[in-house]
Amino acid sequence: MKVKARSTRRLSQRTAFALLTLATAIVVIPALLIILYIIVHGVSAIDWGFLTQSPSQAGKSGGIFPAIVGTFYLMLGTAIFSLPIGVLAAIHLTEYAKDNRLTRLINLAIISLAGVPSIVFGLFGLGVFVMTMHLGLSLRAASLTLASQALAMVITTSREAILAVPREYREASLAIGATKWQTVRHVVLPQASSGIITGAVLAMSRAAGETAPILVVGAAFIVPGLPNSPFDQFMALPYHLYTVAAQVPGMPKSMMWGVALVLLAVVLSFDIVAAIIRSKARQRK
Amino acid sequence: MVALGLVAVLAGCGGEPQVQDGLSGSFNIIGSNTVTPLASVWAEDFMKAHPKVSISVSGPGSGVGIAALIDRTTDICQSSRTIKAEEVAQAEANGVHPYEIQVASDALSVVVNPSNTVSSLTFAQLSAIYTDQITNWKEVGGPDAPIVAISRDTNSGTHAFFKEHVVQSIDKKLEYGTKVLFLPSTEAGVSEVAKNPNAIFYAGLGYVTQKVKPLAIKKSGDSAAILPSVATALDGTYPISRPLLFYTNGAPDGIIKAFVDYCLSPGGQEKVTEVGYVPLA
Amino acid sequence: MPARIDWVKERLIPRLFGRNSTATAPGNAFRFRGRWRLGEKSIEGLISLSGILAIVLLLGVLVLLLKEGLPIFSHTPPWEFFFGTKWYPISEPPTFGVMPFFVSTIMITAIATAVAVPIGVGCAAYLAEVASPKVRETVKLLVELLAGIPSVVMGFVGLMLLSPLVQSIFHLNTGLCGLTAAIMLSLMSLPIIVTVSEDALRAVPSEFKEASYALGATRWETIRHVCIPAALSGISAAIMLGVGRAIGETMTVLMVAGGALAIPHLPTEPMTTMTAAIASGIGNAVRGGLQYQALFAVGLILFVMTLSVNWVADRILERQKRKFAR
Repeated sequence: MKVKARSTRRLSQRTAFALLTLATAIVVIPALLIILYIIVHGVSAIDWGFLTQSPSQAGKSGGIFPAIVGTFYLMLGTAIFSLPIGVLAAIHLTEYAKDNRLTRLINLAIISLAGVPSIVFGLFGLGVFVMTMHLGLSLRAASLTLASQALAMVITTSREAILAVPREYREASLAIGATKWQTVRHVVLPQASSGIITGAVLAMSRAAGETAPILVVGAAFIVPGLPNSPFDQFMALPYHLYTVAAQVPGMPKSMMWGVALVLLAVVLSFDIVAAIIRSKARQRK
Repeated sequence: MVALGLVAVLAGCGGEPQVQDGLSGSFNIIGSNTVTPLASVWAEDFMKAHPKVSISVSGPGSGVGIAALIDRTTDICQSSRTIKAEEVAQAEANGVHPYEIQVASDALSVVVNPSNTVSSLTFAQLSAIYTDQITNWKEVGGPDAPIVAISRDTNSGTHAFFKEHVVQSIDKKLEYGTKVLFLPSTEAGVSEVAKNPNAIFYAGLGYVTQKVKPLAIKKSGDSAAILPSVATALDGTYPISRPLLFYTNGAPDGIIKAFVDYCLSPGGQEKVTEVGYVPLA
Repeated sequence: MPARIDWVKERLIPRLFGRNSTATAPGNAFRFRGRWRLGEKSIEGLISLSGILAIVLLLGVLVLLLKEGLPIFSHTPPWEFFFGTKWYPISEPPTFGVMPFFVSTIMITAIATAVAVPIGVGCAAYLAEVASPKVRETVKLLVELLAGIPSVVMGFVGLMLLSPLVQSIFHLNTGLCGLTAAIMLSLMSLPIIVTVSEDALRAVPSEFKEASYALGATRWETIRHVCIPAALSGISAAIMLGVGRAIGETMTVLMVAGGALAIPHLPTEPMTTMTAAIASGIGNAVRGGLQYQALFAVGLILFVMTLSVNWVADRILERQKRKFAR
C-alpha cells in the first residue's frame, strides 16, 4: 500500500470531519427549524379561550378544549391498561422466567410487537375491540388499542429498570426470610420505580401523538361536550390537527398551527418529564 | 385514581344513546365530508337550544358513514350520495333498515385556480380529464400546461357521485385514471387548487371560496354553460346537482327526530344558505 | 442524556454485550420455607400469565389479520392480488391489486433510508468520536426532540412547508409526491439511526482505537477503518430499525404523498403507500365486506414485512453477540 504523506492524511481528516459536522448540522437544523416554526406560527392562535373553549363553526373558531381533554383521557387510558400488565410481564421475565424456549419466544414477541406499524394496530383494535368485543367507536376501544401498541415499550423499559436493581438487594431480602414476591414487591419494585415511571410517561407521550390507530378506532371531529363516559366518541389533538389541516374549508392557518403547537407542547413536555425523572434517578445512583 | 379509572371502565354497558323524557341524551353523526360543515352548525345550534343534548359530528366520507350505519356504530349517517342497493342489502342482513331523509342540496362545483383561463367545460371533457385522456390544458382551450387532476378518495360520496354522473356519463365502465391524485380530504384538494395554477378539483358548493374559481359546466356541447350557485341548483339548470342526505336506522324518533325536524325547519334551512349549500326548495 | 428512544437502545446494547435478559435473581435457588401463602401463589400465576401476554398479543394480531384478510383470496387469487395493478374497491365488480402500493412503499422507504443512513451514521460518528461532551449532550437532546415530534405534525409541516418547496425546485405539477414524503420520513428515521449507531460506536472497545493510534493512524483513519467496521452490526441494526420505521409510517405519507393510484415511475410522482391505502380506505369498508378483507390483507403484508425487517436486525445482533462473546 502506498504510504500517503502526512499532510494528505490530515487534509482528508479535515474534509472528513467537515462532512461529519455537516451531517450533524443536517440532523439538528431541521429539528430546530420545525419546532421554532410551529412555535412562531402557532403562538398567535393560543390564548386562554383557545385552550378552554369548545370548537364552533365547524372548528373555525372557538377552542380545542375537548381535544385536549380527549388526548389526556387517551394517555390515562393507555397507562391504565398497559402499565399493570406490562410491569407484571417484566417481573416475570426478570425474576421468574427460566432460560428456555418459551422465554426466548416471549422476547421475540416483544421485539416483533415493537415493530408493528401503528395502522396495523389500528386494524387490530378495529377487529377486536370495536367489533368483536362490541366496544364501538369509543375512548375505551381507542385506549385499549393504544395500550396494546405501548405494551412492548412498557415491558422493555420496566424490564431494564428492574434488571438495574443490584443483586445484593434481592439477596439481602431473601436472606432475612422474605418470600420472592415480598422481595419483588417491597425491595425490587420501589428501587425500579423511577425507571418504570419513565417508561410509563414515554408510553403516554407516544399515545398522545398517535393518529393512525385512533383514526380507525374512534376519534370524532366535533364532540361538543366532553366525553361523558369511556364509551363515547371523543376528540383528540392529533386527529384534530389532521382534520383541520385537511378537512374543513376556510380554516384560518393560525388555528392549524395553534393545534400543532399544543400537540407538540403536550408530547414534548412529557418527553422532557421522562428525561428529568431518568436523569434524577441516574444521579441518585 | 387508577382504581377510579378501572371502575369507570369496567362498569357500564354499550354505547347506545340514552333517550330520556325532555330533550336530553346524545347521538352521533358520521359520514360525508361535504355535509360535515352543515351538520356541525346544525348540531351546535341544536345543542345551544337544548343544553342537555350532546351530538358528535365526524367525517371523513359518505362511505364511512354508511359503513358505520350498517355496523350500528352511528345513529345518523350523513351522505352526499345515495345508498347503493348492495349496501341496503348488507344493512338488512345486519338488521338495519336505512331510512333516507334529504336535508339539503348541493351544486357539485368543479374548481380551478383563479389564474386559469379556462372558464367552462363539458361533461365529456371532464370525463376525459379524469380518465387521463386529456392531459394538457391547451386541449380544452387553456394554456399549454399539464393538467393536475385531483379527486377525493374512495371514502367520499363526492368521489362516487362525480364518478357515476360525470366520469361515467359517456361510458358506464370508465374508472378514474391512475394519474389522478386521490386526497383524503376536500380541504386539501381546495387548497392545492388555490396554490397550483394547473390543478382541477371538484367539491361541494360550501367549499368554494374566493381562492378558487368555479367552472361553468355544459352537459353537452350545445347546452348552455351554467355556473354553480344556490339559484342554479334550485332551478335545476346546473347539471351536477345532488341531494345531501341523512340516513337513520328506521324512521327517526326521540331526540334524533327532534334534531332532524330542526334541520328541516325554516330556521335550520337558513343555516344551509349560510354554510353555502342549497336549501330544500 | 436520557433519551425517549433509550428503551430501544437498552434493548439492543445488552444484546451486543451479552447481558442476560432473563432471570438474574437467585430465584431459581430459592428454597421453600414451608409457609405457602395462597396469595403468593396466585400472584405468581398472574405474573406468569402476564409474561406470556406478549406472545398472546402478537399471535392475536396475526390471527386477526389472517381471519379478516385471508377471505379476500377466494375473491381475488393471490397472484392477482399481489401483482395486480388496479385498486378499485367501490366499482362493480371491485378489483384489488396492490402492486402500486407495494412499489410506492418500497420507493419511499428506499429513498428515505438512502438519505437518512449516511447523514445519521455520519452524525453518530461525529457524536461518538469528534464532538466535545457539551456538544454531544446538546445534539442528543435535539435528536430526542426530533424523535418526539408526532407523525401528524411532521405530515402537517411537510404539507405546509416542504411540498410547495419541492414543487418549485423540481418544477412539478404538485409538491404532493413520494419525494416529499421520503424527505419527511428520513427526518423521522434519523433519530433512531443516530442514537443506535452512536451507541454502537461508543461500545467499540478502546483497545481497538488505542491500537490504531499506536500504529500511527489519524483519528479519521481510525474511525473509518476501525470503529465503523467494529460497530457495523449495531449500525446495521440501526438501519434495519430505520427501515422498519419508514415502512410502517402512515400519517405523514397520507398527508403528503399525493394519493395517486398508478405505479410510480419517479419519486416526484404522487403515490399511495400500503399504509396510506389502509388508512384512507378502512373507514369506507363495511366490516366483512370485500374492501375490508382486502385492506386487512394489505395489513397482513405490512405485518410480515416489518416483522422480517425486525427479525433480521435481531439475528444480526445475535450473531454479533456470539462473535464478541466474553
